[in-house]
Amino acid sequence: MSYPIEIILNRQLAECLAIPVFITDTVGNLLFYNEPAEDILGKRYEDTGEMPVEVWGTIFKSKDESGKLLDPEELPLVKTLLNQLPYFKTFWIESLQGTTEKISVSSYPIIGRAGIFHGAVAIFWRQADE
Amino acid sequence: MKIALRGVRGSIPTFNPATQVYGGNTSCIEIEKHGWLLVLDAGSGITNLNFNESQRFQRIDILLTHLHMDHIQGLVFYEPFFDATKEVHIWGPVNPTQTLRARLGRYFAPPFSPVYFRDLTCDLHIHEIGNSSFQIGPFAIESRFVIHPGPTVGFRIHADNKVVTYIPDHEPALGRGPLHHNLKWVSGSELALDTDLLIHDGQYTRDEYKFKVGWGHSAMEDALEFASITGTKRLILTHHDPIHTDSNLDQCYKNLKITTHYSFPYEMAVEGTVIEM
Repeated sequence: MSYPIEIILNRQLAECLAIPVFITDTVGNLLFYNEPAEDILGKRYEDTGEMPVEVWGTIFKSKDESGKLLDPEELPLVKTLLNQLPYFKTFWIESLQGTTEKISVSSYPIIGRAGIFHGAVAIFWRQADE
Repeated sequence: MKIALRGVRGSIPTFNPATQVYGGNTSCIEIEKHGWLLVLDAGSGITNLNFNESQRFQRIDILLTHLHMDHIQGLVFYEPFFDATKEVHIWGPVNPTQTLRARLGRYFAPPFSPVYFRDLTCDLHIHEIGNSSFQIGPFAIESRFVIHPGPTVGFRIHADNKVVTYIPDHEPALGRGPLHHNLKWVSGSELALDTDLLIHDGQYTRDEYKFKVGWGHSAMEDALEFASITGTKRLILTHHDPIHTDSNLDQCYKNLKITTHYSFPYEMAVEGTVIEM
């Protein structure tokens, strides 16, 4: 069974972009990430394929500016999946290798023409440290 | 079932001495079985339907892939709309902002037409579809949104243990080089999977497509690849570009035969062709 074209078109756009893009289904399973996003995950889509939410959700830790772990419910993509609305937040991520990076994340729901919620997109913007 | 190609030209009717072989009427396909009539799209080719023949049908179902002009311009001229004894059903893609009736109503009104919807005397029914499954008489039909500007669906029609797939306006390779070979990521693949007959967009040559990316149509080579990866058993390339003359299309076909190697049979759609399945 093929994905809805709204998901397919988001991937085809993501493949043309130089900014990191993650595409999930309605429960957060990672369906696709583009080449710039591979840098952030430290993994290649060609190697991993799709990833269940419980796997890719543990690849990096999300922290606030004081270094405190963020609750998942504070993260834009999680909020988008819960509420089917767009969100934005700047925070820090720590990879499994221990490197920390400041990022901003914009997320939006994929709601198709028939009004059906198909999934979500998260776009990561790398921020220079102030 | 009987499948008749009534209009195979894309974009605009194109009648001149150089288009007499392949035909100049815009999209319309007729499918008949056991007294049930499906009309796929209502381009100018709908005027090729034999209205005396249509008298045999008390109910007629018109399935619209989308509402671009070359797919609806024949509607106003369809005689059964003006016959009070007829039951006519129009099926077309849902849109979040306006009903199908309201969008069709723009065409059934001045300045595009002297006729309003309210002037139609048939028993008219309008059905909005998206990723849908429905039954019309002996036909089990699936529709799916496909990649084309504006709400657009393709159809998979199952009857007599045969499957016909109709996707006349489709750009599955948009934004990519070659098509994905993972069918999950290919627009329209569910409709065409292992189909007996695929009638698919093949508007451009590869060179023409480079200048028409995002216009919603396929290079012929992409259509062939789409047919191959979906397991299509026979392909008909349709929606011929209005600038393609008969000799252009002959040459395109020869070029495809030289440059590609597919095991399934394929051909260019010719207006008036009738296929029994």
